[in-house]
Amino acid sequence: MNIEINSKSYKIEKAVATLLEAMIYIKENTEPTLGFDYGCKSGVCGACSIRVNGKEKLACSYTPQDGDKIEPLKYYPQKRDLIVDKSSQKELLKRVKATLISYNEQVLSQEDEAKTQVQSDCILCSSCYSACPVIDVNPLFTGPFALTKTYKYTIDKREEATKEHIDNIQTNGVWDCTLCNECTLACPQGIDPKTDITNLRNLSAQNGYMDPNFGNMSFGGAFGFDPNGGF
Amino acid sequence: MRKVDILIVGSGIAGLSSAIKAKSLGADVAVATKGVATKSNSVMAQGGMNVALSNIDSDSPNLHISDTLKSSHNLADKEMVSKLCNGGIDAIKFLEEIGVPFSRLDGAKTPLKSIAQRALGGASAKRACYAQDYTGLKILHTLLDRAVNLDIPIFEGLFLLELIKNSDGEVCGGLFFNFDSGEIEPIYAGKVIIATGGFGAIYSKNTNSATSTGDGLSAILRASGELSNLEFVQFHPTTLKGSNILISESARGEGGYLVNCEGERFIDELSTRDKIAKAIFEQLKQNREVFLDLRHIGKDKLEHLMPQELKLIKQYANTDATQELVAIEPAVHYTMGGASVNEQFEVIGLKGCYCIGEASNANVHGANRLGGNSLLEAVTFGLLGASEALNTIASKIEEQEFNYTLPLAKDSDNLEVYKAKNYLADTLFKQVGIIRNEQNLLKALEAIEELNIDSLKIDDSPKYSTLIIELLELQNASILAKALIKSALWRKESRGAHIRSDYTDELVEFKKNSTVSKKDLV
Repeated sequence: MNIEINSKSYKIEKAVATLLEAMIYIKENTEPTLGFDYGCKSGVCGACSIRVNGKEKLACSYTPQDGDKIEPLKYYPQKRDLIVDKSSQKELLKRVKATLISYNEQVLSQEDEAKTQVQSDCILCSSCYSACPVIDVNPLFTGPFALTKTYKYTIDKREEATKEHIDNIQTNGVWDCTLCNECTLACPQGIDPKTDITNLRNLSAQNGYMDPNFGNMSFGGAFGFDPNGGF
Repeated sequence: MRKVDILIVGSGIAGLSSAIKAKSLGADVAVATKGVATKSNSVMAQGGMNVALSNIDSDSPNLHISDTLKSSHNLADKEMVSKLCNGGIDAIKFLEEIGVPFSRLDGAKTPLKSIAQRALGGASAKRACYAQDYTGLKILHTLLDRAVNLDIPIFEGLFLLELIKNSDGEVCGGLFFNFDSGEIEPIYAGKVIIATGGFGAIYSKNTNSATSTGDGLSAILRASGELSNLEFVQFHPTTLKGSNILISESARGEGGYLVNCEGERFIDELSTRDKIAKAIFEQLKQNREVFLDLRHIGKDKLEHLMPQELKLIKQYANTDATQELVAIEPAVHYTMGGASVNEQFEVIGLKGCYCIGEASNANVHGANRLGGNSLLEAVTFGLLGASEALNTIASKIEEQEFNYTLPLAKDSDNLEVYKAKNYLADTLFKQVGIIRNEQNLLKALEAIEELNIDSLKIDDSPKYSTLIIELLELQNASILAKALIKSALWRKESRGAHIRSDYTDELVEFKKNSTVSKKDLV
């Protein structure tokens, strides 16, 4: 089997179950300096996210096919080969204040657990971010994972500062999303950021915010996206 | 020049708990990690965190203490175990209040009473608090969200090379290799807390993140700190055959059976891990394949309680666990030993340096750790460790010049690193595995010495080099492997996870910790 990494072809002369095994094979047999990241080998640490034929995958849970083209995630600065600098993830989490801001003592039920169960399965692999076409147009867009995290904390009954979460996602946030669903398709954990963003829009409206695209009578052209953020 | 009050090395659950606590106490704190925080081994913890909340069964910290001591084969320290088990309430309250999305029970009167609990092996009550089977992941990410928003700097890509000492011999910082620059840089600190995890990944068949190579422990040893009980390497009974993907103890806690190829159950599935791993190993030795049978639990319940297990079993074994048997084998999972610490978590022989979590041997697991006690230790001792480190006078910071030489040389055969790494890992698994004997241990020691890992060099630009990281990890692995084998040779008995075919009884004269320090390795 042959696979291409950043346009260079590699022959895998061994049966492999995952793309990660193929990459380790290359490193241990032909190109020891090949740069790629991995940790858990079981889909829970998010370190080995890459793109295969243009689609985001976790190398540790993808079964490679002959001729696959492997590339690093989009939008993040490339360090070496498939390794990218994901440190901006933390800046985003800080920008939207993705944490329980003010604890409110509440007794949670199974129904409450279910409301944030899937959102809290996030492994921060950034597949959703790399798949998001809005970042291409507006690099300041908060993007899917940080919005899903915001949604998770906003609807947590223990959060007293729900309004603050909503305030934090108005600029370069919920209204910039085109609801194209690419993030939802890309998520290896079955999280649905598109629906979370839709729900955050409803919560924004309940908190007195309006879609700035409507406010300016601008419907954002063919993609439903206004690169000026409504200004 | 970076200078902080508290430098924490490692960004898993222990490290981040400690960082958040130190920050809340007003300290200037920084976290350094060789990878990224989300890649820590902590995210792989599935089953739960033991706290005697009595939310389902009648339970008490005393019962928890007694279960833990029993499982330790009389090797854990009662005071430390008591500190651990009694600290559980504060730990779970801390997690609840930062927003960890635990699984819940209906109809509770208080927040903590609403946390769901499940049975794990060796526990006399349903005691493990969980978040489905993503407990470690959800705790780690909630801690990370909090740490980031508290403006705690998390320096990623810093690989600990050495601990820095001042002229009084106290630790006052760490010297790091910076992955992003390819250069060496110090971070000075009044206190250093090592939270770098265990070293299970130096074995070929293991359930750990590839990052679990014991780098902090190796640095402690080189700086003349003491390590202890390294021979107690826990094998997890249920990992997928071949891939060694972990299938949590919660699978048995929720009622799963272990059966052999004749369909017979051969062990109490809720016994401790050391006993179950040994029983499975004996079946496999008789060429009887072993399976986990979850079919009778029912699809709905499995999907609700163990979504990750089902996904992993489907993905890596192409098996539908709701309908089919799952082929399993034991693999290395946890290292009970680590840095010897006093009651304040300060490393023996190394003033100013603290150690918490899997990296430390805080005398709470002894010869066998109970499932659910590792997350408890990471959080409880993470919180307490920060308080203790801030309780005493900080080490005097003395800036120094460093002439550390990276293992680089033109025209080196880079593939040698992987050959040596795989050989070391296989040797450990085969000769220093579940069942040991003197002959095999000595053979392994000789084989590792012959590898002469210290002489290996690579030819690569150090900036963004994963190869140099792997060589540095391999150097650490080699030191720990030798220390582990020496400890295993010393313990001429069988106790808990240390099983010797040449000394099969548990002996009263070995009811003590093994210790190893720098001088034992020359």
